[in-house]
Amino acid sequence: MNLQFPDLGPVMPEIYMTGLALILLLADLIVKKKEVLAVISIVGVAIVAYTMIGSSGATFGGMYISDGYSSFFKLIFFINVIISVLISIKYISIEKVNFGEHYCLIITSTLGMMIMASAADLIVLYLGLELMALSTYVLAGFIRHDIKSNEAALKYFLLGAFSSAFLLYGISIIYGLTGTTDIKAIGLYISEKGIAGNLALSLSMTLFAVAFGFKIAAVPFHMWAPDAYEGAPTSITAFMSVGPKAAGFAVLGRVFMIAFASMKIEWAPLLIPLSILSMGVGNVVALAQTNIKRMLAYSSIAHAGYALLGLIAANNEGLTSMMNYMFIYAFMNLGAFAVIIMLRTEGFKGDNIYDYEGLAKNHPLLAALMLIFMFSLTGIPPTAGFIGKLYVFMSAINAGYTWLVLVAVVFSAISAYFYLRIVMLMYMREPKVEVAISKSGSIGIALGVATLGVLAIGVYPSCLIKLAKAALSGF
Amino acid sequence: MNNLPYPILSTIIFLPVLGALVLLIISRSQETLTKWVALIFAVATFLLSFPLFINFDKTTYKMQFVERHDWISAWNIKYFLGVDGISVLMVLLTTISAILCILISWNAIKVKVKEFYISILLTCGAIAGVFSSLDLFLFYIFWEAMLIPMYLIIGVWGGPNRIYATIKFILYTLVGSVFMLVGIIFLYFLAGRSFDILELTTKTYPYNVQFWLFWAFFAAFAVKVPMFPVHTWLPDAHTEAPTAGSVILAAILIKMGAYGFLRFSIPLFPDAAKAMIPAMLTLSVIAIIYAAIVCLIQKDLKRLIAYSSVSHMGFITLGIFALNSQGIEGGILQMINHGVVTGALFMCVGVIYDRTHSRQIADYGGLATHMPTYAAFFMVFTFAAVGLPGTNGFIGEFLTLLGGFTRSKLAGVLACTGVIVGAAYMLWLYQQVFFMKVNEKVIGLPDMDLREMVALAPLIILVFWIGVYPVQFLDFMHPSVQHLLERVNGGGLTQEVNIAKAIMEVIR
Repeated sequence: MNLQFPDLGPVMPEIYMTGLALILLLADLIVKKKEVLAVISIVGVAIVAYTMIGSSGATFGGMYISDGYSSFFKLIFFINVIISVLISIKYISIEKVNFGEHYCLIITSTLGMMIMASAADLIVLYLGLELMALSTYVLAGFIRHDIKSNEAALKYFLLGAFSSAFLLYGISIIYGLTGTTDIKAIGLYISEKGIAGNLALSLSMTLFAVAFGFKIAAVPFHMWAPDAYEGAPTSITAFMSVGPKAAGFAVLGRVFMIAFASMKIEWAPLLIPLSILSMGVGNVVALAQTNIKRMLAYSSIAHAGYALLGLIAANNEGLTSMMNYMFIYAFMNLGAFAVIIMLRTEGFKGDNIYDYEGLAKNHPLLAALMLIFMFSLTGIPPTAGFIGKLYVFMSAINAGYTWLVLVAVVFSAISAYFYLRIVMLMYMREPKVEVAISKSGSIGIALGVATLGVLAIGVYPSCLIKLAKAALSGF
Repeated sequence: MNNLPYPILSTIIFLPVLGALVLLIISRSQETLTKWVALIFAVATFLLSFPLFINFDKTTYKMQFVERHDWISAWNIKYFLGVDGISVLMVLLTTISAILCILISWNAIKVKVKEFYISILLTCGAIAGVFSSLDLFLFYIFWEAMLIPMYLIIGVWGGPNRIYATIKFILYTLVGSVFMLVGIIFLYFLAGRSFDILELTTKTYPYNVQFWLFWAFFAAFAVKVPMFPVHTWLPDAHTEAPTAGSVILAAILIKMGAYGFLRFSIPLFPDAAKAMIPAMLTLSVIAIIYAAIVCLIQKDLKRLIAYSSVSHMGFITLGIFALNSQGIEGGILQMINHGVVTGALFMCVGVIYDRTHSRQIADYGGLATHMPTYAAFFMVFTFAAVGLPGTNGFIGEFLTLLGGFTRSKLAGVLACTGVIVGAAYMLWLYQQVFFMKVNEKVIGLPDMDLREMVALAPLIILVFWIGVYPVQFLDFMHPSVQHLLERVNGGGLTQEVNIAKAIMEVIR
């Protein structure tokens, strides 16, 4: 027996993250003030982020890989988890669910995302996906006494389990065809044996697209999103509108760009309808929403459609633009949810869009921040949202999909209506009721970070573009 | 050429932005201070922009006061500013409009004062950026960024139907802009990853590509101008906007569209532009006549002037797409004139609206006896709008019509009828408001105060200055317009140059 102990270097961040989750679980038993747990999580995540430096390489016989691509996505997950924790501290006590498990589950869910981003093997990928999903199901139903939260969790769970089955089916077919679950080996096998036209392989690829389509909430696999987003605790809605989506895109990018690299011609007819439907249904249905969380759910569906454009381009530039989009989306969406969460106060839900009437009169700063996030989500310069959209449009046009970009910009113009309606309500209507807001230092920090991100990237995107490009070198 | 101690164009763009930031930290209760700070920043910007007028080298078509820095190197995007004979006057018009907007809103804006002046300064800064950008990406940033404060100006401080108007405004312009965005990206790859306008305008593109790109850019510019049939947002926006908003719209914002044609559509896609002359002239003539006729039945002062804007912008696009030197120079001059005159007319309406809070023509009558100074001011602008010789309107209209006539006799003749109808509705308006029976609602209204006169006086000066001595302004344009025409015609147009020179002599 030649048993070699695997190199743990590349997997150290995940090990630390697991440790952090366990510490939180234990600390929950001792610590009475749950805010301490939030601080531990943030500091812990910061330490984990630090250990990422110098963790690059492959390990466990090539099943697990830590490269620029995975590190870039992990960065998005860290931003996501930190901002989500910051905005949840006060919120969960208002919702009377101030339990330590909240933080622990957020960390394990993020751990799942990290494993997904680093998975070089389909089994590891599945492992990460389930860890992320199961933790998020629980989080969605975290307000146990609220029937809507229960509904959200159940729907999310049922449809999520459904999509996992699709994924497993896809994995099993591809294993039958190629005899391996290693993503790189699959790609090599397909191109060497020239089985790109194989029908079973196409079926397998379709099943992958379906499974990941659920995770990124692309139409027609979006059914769970509006209910889950509306019912889940707002901090969790923020968390799961960015994290699982980015993780879904991470695996979508890796599996398609490497395993199915030689089948690029077949992606387009598969992903283009997904993209168009997502943009269409997301933006058009959002017009009719009066619940702001539901509206942002449809908006997040639409944004999945835009980001898919980068993948449809099917080259490194497209992939860079998709990564760039996810990074920017994290800031603007989390920022918007931070504002939404501030309207939730004792005895006031504050999730109807008409609760925003006249917000600018009593809370001018908050309204101004929301204005920035709404314009950014619309994609109007000089905000980051514009840079994100521009980049995916550029890569799609360069790959020859000008007509698709024309469709995208039309839907983008339609989306202006519902985003700017929020601005209209805040600035151009008189307040009907005095809306109180729940201020806290931690939300202030979260809002500051998100606003800074949106504006800085909008005005000087060079750094981010370079970072995303560098992350892909050697992919 | 630029030997100034400061980067003049960046100053013009970012000094108002700095002003907005300063306003941000002023306490909400300090309304007077807010206004003064805004005014000081606007005046400072104007004074600092004045060297553009004096130091401008009128003998070259080359870009002047150029600033060029790397910005987003990954995409080959530069922070690239500069002005030539086409844009320099527009920049100056922008800086002067900012002052007038602040002066005219002094007492009219009573709620959210701080936000209002922030929005005005940001809008003017962004529009100055539009006129001086020489990088397509930078241009698009300013082009769109301008929408955010403008959306608020109309929607927050506008009239009763403001929300409808502002949403219509933003959706129309956004839909137009996004098509241009696709065109810009397409052009970027076509030209080998470059956003540099000067570089792009030296290349030739295949005709069918030019054709589609021309229409993609047209979508954005036609909405802004606005050309028939996408003009319907303008009357609503104008009518509902606060006075300052109407002035910005009339004086500078809608010029962005006409400027876009001159800076992008024609030099980038010369073959398509030439092929589209009949379509463009038709749309222009329809706008001129249709909007003029619609003016005749308006009951609302601002709506009437708004439709007259559509008609006047028709003259401008007629001149531009005549694609000869008279037409284009007339078009540019008329852009300035229209900005001055229509801006002034909206300010005049604002003066009276502040007193009576009515825009209905029927609510007025015999105003000349109660507000004689006001009547005199209004009369000058009415005559300028009609195009009476001696005022600036005459020169501009004359040149554009001449250009149109040279290009197509039919278009010239039809456009001339627009002048006649124009005289009819403006004089009718003047008669209804200032003469006729004295309406009891206007009795006892105070005449214009000093602030209002100060705000309008520069425009009166400009009306006569351009009207009597237009050469000083036309001189700015000659080399740039010639350069543009060479790009379109490939050099063979000496005959037209001679005609143009002869006409200049006549005017002189």
